[in-house]
Amino acid sequence: MNPKLEHILANGPILTDGAWGTQLQARGLAFGACPDAWNLTNPESVCEVASGYVNAGSQVILSNTFGASRITLERHGLSGQAYEINREGAAISRKATGSIAAVFASMGPTGKMLAMGEITTDQAREAFTEQAAALAEGGADAIVIETMSDLDEACIALSSAKTTGLPVIVCMTYDAGRNLDRTMMGTTPEQAAERLVGEGADGIGSNCGQGAEQMLPICIRLKAAAPGTPIWVKPNAGLPILQDGKAIYNTSPTEFAENAYRLVEAGASFIGGCCGTSPAYLHALKVKISAV
Amino acid sequence: MSDQHPLYAAVLEGDAPTARKLTQAAVDAGEDPQSILSNYMIPAMDEVGRLFEENEYFVPELLIAARAMKGGLEILRPLLAAKGAEPVAKVVIGTVRGDLHDIGKNLVAAMLEGGGFEVIDLGVDVSPEKFVAAIKEHNAQIVAMSALLTTTMPGMKSIIDTLSSEGVRGSVKVMIGGAPVTQRYADEIGADAFSDNASGAVRTARSLIPA
Repeated sequence: MNPKLEHILANGPILTDGAWGTQLQARGLAFGACPDAWNLTNPESVCEVASGYVNAGSQVILSNTFGASRITLERHGLSGQAYEINREGAAISRKATGSIAAVFASMGPTGKMLAMGEITTDQAREAFTEQAAALAEGGADAIVIETMSDLDEACIALSSAKTTGLPVIVCMTYDAGRNLDRTMMGTTPEQAAERLVGEGADGIGSNCGQGAEQMLPICIRLKAAAPGTPIWVKPNAGLPILQDGKAIYNTSPTEFAENAYRLVEAGASFIGGCCGTSPAYLHALKVKISAV
Repeated sequence: MSDQHPLYAAVLEGDAPTARKLTQAAVDAGEDPQSILSNYMIPAMDEVGRLFEENEYFVPELLIAARAMKGGLEILRPLLAAKGAEPVAKVVIGTVRGDLHDIGKNLVAAMLEGGGFEVIDLGVDVSPEKFVAAIKEHNAQIVAMSALLTTTMPGMKSIIDTLSSEGVRGSVKVMIGGAPVTQRYADEIGADAFSDNASGAVRTARSLIPA
């Protein structure tokens, strides 16, 4: 195991954080606006979100940089500011955590398909390498690559992020196929585990796509496929119900904590929440972990 | 049997160079371009769609099959046009205003092209006015719109309202899709059809066109 992760995990499973987008919206992020740009234009609000999770008991905080590769920022005409947005994103999380929690800076998919020729491997590599370097400069302790569905893209992100020398965790989103156990591109947990560990991932995992209950078999399979590798999971707060065009998560924080804790029992080392979660959900999970 | 023709197999397996070569060979042998399309290529894409819905195929297989189909179509299109053959229908497609996520929309566009439709792709973040202008300009029979986010989904209703106020709602069928979209939502906003995947979208589009 990566010594830095081994150190972090020395005292048992680690609580990560919850959703950021909805927290930013609650602080006034406009519909359709670029959340990552707030690292430059509204850093106080971004810092509030990070602090909210630190106060809830999170020991690992991500960063507001999920959509901040120059390829994703291009949608908003902001690719020229990619480096600054990422550096500041990591720095804001660093400021919010101080030495209380670690910063695992977030990198998301490009949103473009390599298989369709929408971007080239070189373009993806360049964008991810730039993003990772900026996150490292901003003070990240590690990098977490999230919500990937294409294993090829995930591996490009992985090798790009590894150039920083920081530990790198790679998570895929499993929400397709008959048993909802494949990524949109058809990858199984076993295929992801084999290739990602083989290419040097320091941790692997699953985020988004499903609630904690549905993520349990995925977590078990990842652990079985990579027994020596830390497993990272961030399930949604159950399944959303659409009400008046809005996604509502009816799972309560306590219910979420109960289900999420089963992921820890199944071998997850890092546990947090994705869509629909908030500091209240993470706090409930903290209480559950401390009680056991 | 169409499914024993090597062109059918080439499209099904996503072998673009072979699909091109076999299409050209069939044309050179004097086969009718429309029959090449209807007898081998469209049935192959229908089978790709079936395999996708059966979870035998996933997005990559669907993409390479669509690419093989496109290779053959590039050879057939000018010949079909010269004969005055019309596409199945014209579809204007785009993601709604404020939504920049185009993976699903691109898949649907590729599958519709594979199904013999002419696709006018307006890209992402498309305003209601732009949809209306494209429908008028191309005399499209179908408009397909996509939203990935629950926050942008209401844009679909604005587009339907604009189609009505601009007097084109009667001449165009509306189909919608995207992660948060449901049949119930389609009914609520008065869309003609909904599909929850790219392959189903082809069937849906066909059902909207008078035979």
